[in-house]
Amino acid sequence: MEKLLEVKNLKTYFHTFKGVVKAVDGVDFYVNKGEILGIVGESGGGKSITGFSLIKLIESPGKIETGEILFEGNDLVKYSEREMSKIRGKDIVMIFQDPMTSLNPVYTIKQQIEESLILHTNLNKKERHERCVELLKDVGIPNPENRLTNYPHQFSGGMRQRVVIAIALAVNPKLIIADEPTTALDVTIQAQILKLMTELVKKQGCSMILITHDLAVVSEIADRINVMYCGKIVESSKVSTIMNHCKHPYTRGLLNSIPDIKDNKDRLETIDGIVPNMFKLPKGCNFYPRCNKRMEECENKEPEYREYKEGHYISCHYPIEGER
Amino acid sequence: MNFILDVKNLEKRFELTSGFLNSLTFKNGKLTKEKKAVHAVNGVSFAIKKGEVFSLVGESGCGKSTTARTVIKLYEPNNGEIFFEGNDITNISRKEMLKYRSKIQMIFQDPYASLNPRQKVIDIIMEPILFHKLANSKQEAEQKAFAVLEKVGIRPEQAYRFPHQFSGGQRQRIGIARALALEPELIVADEPVSALDVSIQAQILNLMMDLKEELNLSYLFIAHDLSVIKHISDRIGVMYLGKIVETGTTEEIFSNPKHPYTKALLEALPKINGKNMVDFKGLKGEVQSPINLPKGCYFCDRCNESLDICHHTIPVEQEITKDHYVSCHLYKGKDNE
Repeated sequence: MEKLLEVKNLKTYFHTFKGVVKAVDGVDFYVNKGEILGIVGESGGGKSITGFSLIKLIESPGKIETGEILFEGNDLVKYSEREMSKIRGKDIVMIFQDPMTSLNPVYTIKQQIEESLILHTNLNKKERHERCVELLKDVGIPNPENRLTNYPHQFSGGMRQRVVIAIALAVNPKLIIADEPTTALDVTIQAQILKLMTELVKKQGCSMILITHDLAVVSEIADRINVMYCGKIVESSKVSTIMNHCKHPYTRGLLNSIPDIKDNKDRLETIDGIVPNMFKLPKGCNFYPRCNKRMEECENKEPEYREYKEGHYISCHYPIEGER
Repeated sequence: MNFILDVKNLEKRFELTSGFLNSLTFKNGKLTKEKKAVHAVNGVSFAIKKGEVFSLVGESGCGKSTTARTVIKLYEPNNGEIFFEGNDITNISRKEMLKYRSKIQMIFQDPYASLNPRQKVIDIIMEPILFHKLANSKQEAEQKAFAVLEKVGIRPEQAYRFPHQFSGGQRQRIGIARALALEPELIVADEPVSALDVSIQAQILNLMMDLKEELNLSYLFIAHDLSVIKHISDRIGVMYLGKIVETGTTEEIFSNPKHPYTKALLEALPKINGKNMVDFKGLKGEVQSPINLPKGCYFCDRCNESLDICHHTIPVEQEITKDHYVSCHLYKGKDNE
């Protein structure tokens, strides 16, 4: 399969008064064409910063230190701000978590969808209007002609997220980065929105990176999953492999701490302790203090991110044997 | 049966039009007086047995939180009755309510907002103890506070820190400790784990279950996450637009859901290693406005199985199997057969 995006040894650090936060600390991954890649992990794991780094939306005190972001073979890290703005919103688009705040309250829906059409296409006024109507229809907004002149406050949360998706899809992007797109929505609406996004991705043949904390959601719609912990990818593989044959103790801990609808467990398995302070990360493996399989070696030696089996990457000295 | 909390036909409205002038509207050439209100809770009845976990589940805006807050009289109910341990607390004054306050405590959703940032943890826990005079001296109150902090897993040397020095999960533990400080009998937990990460969420849920066993507590638990609800509850009430549409034991609701809305909720839930959410057929439309309530069944416009009768008559609650109540016209016929 052809790789659309390849990230090599990406490091994004934040230089604060208290010290350096290694928010993204040497991640390697790729996205194939037409694929949905899920990035999961707990808050503070560096999921969102990874997403922002890909389109270089990192502001001071944050900085992309080293690494390559190869998008269709071109290294985005070397691109200037001006070159980036031609890519943002056209080839790579982003969908944010909160549909209440990612739309501008003082512009109509039409003005907001039109903006990217004006910037990135040569359509005339009439064609743009037709495209707007078509987009709203695609994302399932009833009565699109009349809704175009509405303002965001006249839409419900689920409808607003549909509008955001319409804006994202306006110029047929190649890669969509969706950062917790349905976290603010109810389950029935979440199901509708994610289904819609998957259908549109498959229809247009673009790729998507879905960033979320909800393992069940990625399990249902993603093709491959990266599990992140403290700025590093600890495990990466196909969905079925992660869900059934995960090797990293953190992945397994995460999966086991979700209450299951089918199983009746009296107690939930937990991961001991809390996420370490990002200023004082452990010397060896970041997960060492919380790991229930830790050995002496893990305390001082950082595990290498390696290919465990074909297409299954892991950074752990002692991968767990057996199925989940 | 010994109910710790018995709620009958509870109603809560929030008036939108305050003042006489605001309520006037000009319609068809006439000046008419109109009152608008958000009907947040529309006739909710449920009862919680001692030592039981009763959960209210539903989507945002369905009145779960308002129900909880009205039950403990943070809001005054507009209609209905609330009995706590057999005593009617519906219309008693704030002063009379005080003696019940220590027996009903609340855990809030946001561990960042529910603790005073300028109070040390020990003071946060001691304040209710001193206020309700559960301790004779400051020393005694402090001892009690230490004991309760230990129960939730906060070490004594951490007690003199401020809330900002704790992580989200630890803060929620402090919130739980504050609720437990008064040795309550009923705890109202409003989305206590929804702001936490899954691994921390599991720790807090385990803690809440352990404390329930140890102290023989009852919970009124509110959440939107069905898998959490399934894990913690004995009985469940599914809410839609200010009404409970279905109640039953946890097994019954999850294995044998009857109301179309409950079914939709369960179908939409994403599952590990499943295609539940992807296969979800979807509900029509959106949640109706709680200002202009539909005439018949509140769910009828979105229901895939709605009948004619649903659009003009409000369904009555009926028992389908033992302790399993549903408000839906679909099951009326079967009753008469």
